[in-house]
Amino acid sequence: MPKAELLDPQGKAVAAALERTGHGTFGVRVGKRFEITSDGPADAATLAAVEAIARDVLSNGVIEDVVGVHVVEEAR
Amino acid sequence: MRIGVVTFPGSLDDRDALRAVRLAGAEPVALWHGSHSLEGVDALVLPGGFSYGDYLRCGAIASLSPIMSEVIAAAKGGMPVLGICNGFQMLTESRLLPGGLIRNDHGTFIRRDQQLRVENASTAWTNAFETGDEITIPLKNGEGSFVASSEELARLEGEGRVVFRYLGVNPNGSLNDIAGVTNERGNVVGLMPHPEHATEPGFGPDTTAAMRSGVDGLRFFASVIEATIAA
Repeated sequence: MPKAELLDPQGKAVAAALERTGHGTFGVRVGKRFEITSDGPADAATLAAVEAIARDVLSNGVIEDVVGVHVVEEAR
Repeated sequence: MRIGVVTFPGSLDDRDALRAVRLAGAEPVALWHGSHSLEGVDALVLPGGFSYGDYLRCGAIASLSPIMSEVIAAAKGGMPVLGICNGFQMLTESRLLPGGLIRNDHGTFIRRDQQLRVENASTAWTNAFETGDEITIPLKNGEGSFVASSEELARLEGEGRVVFRYLGVNPNGSLNDIAGVTNERGNVVGLMPHPEHATEPGFGPDTTAAMRSGVDGLRFFASVIEATIAA
């Protein structure tokens, strides 16, 4: 997610559109979701690797925060 | 004097940067993102454009390119490196420069001839200016809003590492009107506006003298030539 203290122009544009179309007045911030799949088990090592990827590559700590890394078992 | 310009997938202004280098009197060297060779250049330009379609974050994937390990090592060794627009974004992504660039506060892409004030004329890329000089070069970006934590911002201001500030209008919401910054050593400079587009009479910004006659960008390249000869 963009850091809370930074302006999020995308979120602002969406909020303005919601208001304009009569959906009401909301605050909106736009972030990103990455779905990372692995053939191996979702064990602690894999989770640690994904958390490192989220911190070091998928996000830029200067402007963004990682808000969560969750394991979701794929429906077979 | 050989100045390399790295082309990434989606670079747009690499040719203009190579041309600017030649117009300034140095030898331009085209470099490739997938290579690990800087081909013995004396200085480097990371050009503008939309590398990797701005996927993930502007400049993020390019900053992980093979050649960037050499660029980062050379920059840390003192080689002059200039990041223009997308190149500036790459320099912040690779942490060679502080802060980050986010979407313009008004949410739209902007293109204008932008007036800047030179705040630091002692970097490798600005020594041909005087501090306080007012220059005009083109600006064109969608994600050029410079941000940094308040502590980082105070440090940059305190250490004189803000190199260029927007004059007249803040085009994108950058904190403290910051258009460009440098590293502690002064060899790495990044800015959102485009000096390479103001290097040839007839193709630059308008001036009071004549249409499209602005060549303020030439002094960036004159600076690095001077810095390299002096070194």
